[in-house]
Amino acid sequence: MRRSRSMSRFKPLKEGRYEAVTFRRRALAGFLIIVACLIALGTRFAFLQIDQHEEFSARSEANRVLTRPLAPARGLIYDRNGILLAENVAAFRLEVSPEQVHDMNAMLARLGDIVSISDDDLTRFNALRKGKHSYEGVPLRLKLSEEEIAKFSTNRWAFPGVDVVPYLTRSYPLGEEFAHTVGYVGRIDENDLGNLDKGDYAGTTHIGKTGIERYYEDRLHGEVGYEKVEVNADHRPLRVLPDRLAPKPGENLYLTIDSHLQEAAEAAFEGRAGAAVAIDPRNGEVLAMVSVPSFDPNPFVNGIAGADYAALLASEDKPLLNRLLRGNYAPGSTMKPFVGLAGLELGLRRPEDTVLSTGEFFIPGQSRAYRDDVRGGQGRVDLVQAIAKSVNTYFYSLALDMGIDRFSSSLGRFGFGQQTGIDLTGEGSGVLPSREWKRARFNQPWYPGETVIAGIGQGYWVVTPLQLANAVAIIAARGVPHTPHLLRAAQRSLDAPLELLPAPPPRKSVIDKPADWAAVQQGMIEVVRSGTARGVDADFPYPIAGKTGTAERYSRTGTEWTSISASPIERHQVLFEAFTPADDARIVVIVALEAGRSGAHDAAPIARKMLDAWLPGDQQRQARAAAATAENAP
Amino acid sequence: MIDELLLEWRHRFVSMWRKPRVDLPLFGALLLLMGIGLVTLYSASDLDRGQVISQALRFVLGLLLMAAIARVPPLTLRNWTPWLYAASVVLLVIVVVHGEGRGANRWLDLKIVRFQPSELLKLTMPMMIAWYLNGRPLPPGWITLGAAGALIAVPAALIAKQPDLGTALLIVASGAFGIFLSGLAWWRIGVLLGAVAGMVPVAWHFLHDYQRNRVLTLLDPEADPLGNGWHIIQSKIAVGSGGLWGKGWHHGTQSRLEFLPEHTTDFIFSVFAEEWGLVGVLLLLALYVFIIARCLWIAAEAKDTYARLLAGAISMSLFVYVVVNGGMITGVLPVVGVPLPLVSYGGTSAVSLLAGFGVLMSIHAHRKVLAG
Repeated sequence: MRRSRSMSRFKPLKEGRYEAVTFRRRALAGFLIIVACLIALGTRFAFLQIDQHEEFSARSEANRVLTRPLAPARGLIYDRNGILLAENVAAFRLEVSPEQVHDMNAMLARLGDIVSISDDDLTRFNALRKGKHSYEGVPLRLKLSEEEIAKFSTNRWAFPGVDVVPYLTRSYPLGEEFAHTVGYVGRIDENDLGNLDKGDYAGTTHIGKTGIERYYEDRLHGEVGYEKVEVNADHRPLRVLPDRLAPKPGENLYLTIDSHLQEAAEAAFEGRAGAAVAIDPRNGEVLAMVSVPSFDPNPFVNGIAGADYAALLASEDKPLLNRLLRGNYAPGSTMKPFVGLAGLELGLRRPEDTVLSTGEFFIPGQSRAYRDDVRGGQGRVDLVQAIAKSVNTYFYSLALDMGIDRFSSSLGRFGFGQQTGIDLTGEGSGVLPSREWKRARFNQPWYPGETVIAGIGQGYWVVTPLQLANAVAIIAARGVPHTPHLLRAAQRSLDAPLELLPAPPPRKSVIDKPADWAAVQQGMIEVVRSGTARGVDADFPYPIAGKTGTAERYSRTGTEWTSISASPIERHQVLFEAFTPADDARIVVIVALEAGRSGAHDAAPIARKMLDAWLPGDQQRQARAAAATAENAP
Repeated sequence: MIDELLLEWRHRFVSMWRKPRVDLPLFGALLLLMGIGLVTLYSASDLDRGQVISQALRFVLGLLLMAAIARVPPLTLRNWTPWLYAASVVLLVIVVVHGEGRGANRWLDLKIVRFQPSELLKLTMPMMIAWYLNGRPLPPGWITLGAAGALIAVPAALIAKQPDLGTALLIVASGAFGIFLSGLAWWRIGVLLGAVAGMVPVAWHFLHDYQRNRVLTLLDPEADPLGNGWHIIQSKIAVGSGGLWGKGWHHGTQSRLEFLPEHTTDFIFSVFAEEWGLVGVLLLLALYVFIIARCLWIAAEAKDTYARLLAGAISMSLFVYVVVNGGMITGVLPVVGVPLPLVSYGGTSAVSLLAGFGVLMSIHAHRKVLAG
């Protein structure tokens, strides 16, 4: 001990016992520090797992669950007899998930060698990409052909992030026949994106662009559904979770159109350009509407090739023009029953009042002659004869007596100069000549000579075939207007019952005195029986009331009217209006031909063919109605 | 001579089988921990049996190594210490000169096995410190402290240069615990900590960009949620969404759907926390506390300073693993590659840890033998 102590001055010796005690103290201190640290760590865990549990739970769910929109199936479109006009068929499209593509441009170039990709496709693809997450698939090419699918499938390995995806695409089995009625859907483009609800259209690629497809987009589209998909960190879907909201398919629409009648009308045109419409005057149901030439709407669904579209646009016959809605026709003599009716209603004429037709009509004090169709005139005519023989002088003088203001307000009651309100978009409103219209259009005063020619449906007059049909339907229904419409019934799902559209509240007749109507109707019956269109009703069981219209295709140069067409058979725009049975009209037909000799010669036969096509169905319905009445009245 | 030697080895061999020289409570706790590790790994690897079996094989290898080391008396270990230390530092130098590995040079390819020499230091470092301090008057003065510091700094600097900050930190810690346990005066500890704090800005200067990013990311992970912040954010989501009771085994969506990166290795604790909740976490932490406490107990029972310091340093290092890993996955410490002991998937770490426990077992087994 002593030695060690003395040595310790120079070199401290190890002191075992002391070191053991020190160690124990230190070990205890160390252990306490450790426990303190672990308690702190435990507290941190508790903070995350208890205090912030809800937040992190939500974030974990958000990580895990991707909500995928499920596009609803678009409603189908049928005619009134249940014939399918627009359906959904299975097709395949190419989708690209940008996240998985390293070099998009190079990939698209390579892909273009296998599957044709147009510039339009690329433009649309790039536009759609902007609004999506990079892991979402963006459609690149629609409606792949079987050959393209096969070619791509063998090269799939070279295109990570590109998939062939099945989808439903719109198809129009009757093609051209309904292009102007049903219209078509097209891919949602940038213009559409601004207008529509992104949520509702989350999974939808197409939207109605024209016709019924556009007008009833809301009904046809349906409601988007959702499915929740569990995804991993790469957004790769692993499984579909049970939490799912099925999409609600769009409503199936049943149109008022009778496709047999439509077909017959189209056939009756025999390739000539024009328009025809048939309306049930009792309720405004459009039974047929034809605008020819037409076009096949199917290529538009998945993007029509630029060249094809350009060809359609450039075509002289204007197949893309919906002549029913936007075709501008001079109504010509078809306007005479309306003018005559206005004269009676205003008290300017009585039915029996006569006018002498000498072949020329002069405004008192003016030297300009307004001609009759027949050189030398048609003698003394009353209203019925004036309508039946289409005597211009009668209506020249009547219009002049009426004056333009009474003229336009009286004729305005029949819907001229305004849209009919049919359930289609893009309807034209025509021109009802009036002082105000001319002032607004040309900033010029009205001249009496313009009133005179307006009396025979010439001059500034412009009507669309639909407007004319609507006006004739008002006459046919003894003055009671019904807004023309195409939608007859809707069906919420395949098994649901048809829901007929509620009838709009009845409107007041625009004709004050039934006797006035009877005189005009008599005139129109005489048109067919003995007048300009005689023979059209041959062997037809119902009396037909009608009126021809033949307007020269004029252009106006200065104050002179000059014919632009030399060929006599193409010289005129020809029209025919008719309703039958004359006393209790169940159908109104309008036929407008862009070029023809006369209304009676070219338009009336088409109308007759339409009536023939309509007749069997009508007779059946009448027989059934009669049987039902007999049953109910024992 | 040879006969004697043979006899002695024969005697040792026989006694090895007769008297299991393991501390049963510690051994049981380790087995439990390894079991938890394998179960968690099975879930974290998305039911990949291959990974679990390969990890189990490493455990077996580690346990064999542990048993072997447990046979070696602490005195022998003490005598080997300087050579083992020197050898591991040399290997480190070789790695720095030409090693291989992803992004960082950590691996040494010995053709048969690839291993990280830095793992060796996890054991040889506390051994060296214990050996050195064992020969010095205690409590240590500044000179002893300086020499010990140099012993720590040289390999730590080599490892940090690889760069593997996490392991460097663990090695510094294991050495520092040795010094701490040797009774370094508290005021000296205070001075040292103050100096370290003063060094932080200087150290910052020497960090790699990605290391700085990790620290910066820690402060505001949401600044770059898809890049640097991804690990921390996804790990916190995993932990936080686990709640009190957890989502259940193999129901942790964060790992199963691969939102959680490194979910079988460094971030396996997140998987555990997500699936077993706070209750599981606290029980696991309790298990670690028990293991550390038992190890310190063994250390306290040792009869010589070398054994005490070595055992104590090893046990306290274990705590550093747990705290650094736990702090990392809960977003309070930067992302450094520190595994969760015996739970994270990975060979060298498990083997070196079990080797460390082998040393503890040896010290425990030889506690009644008076050291020379």
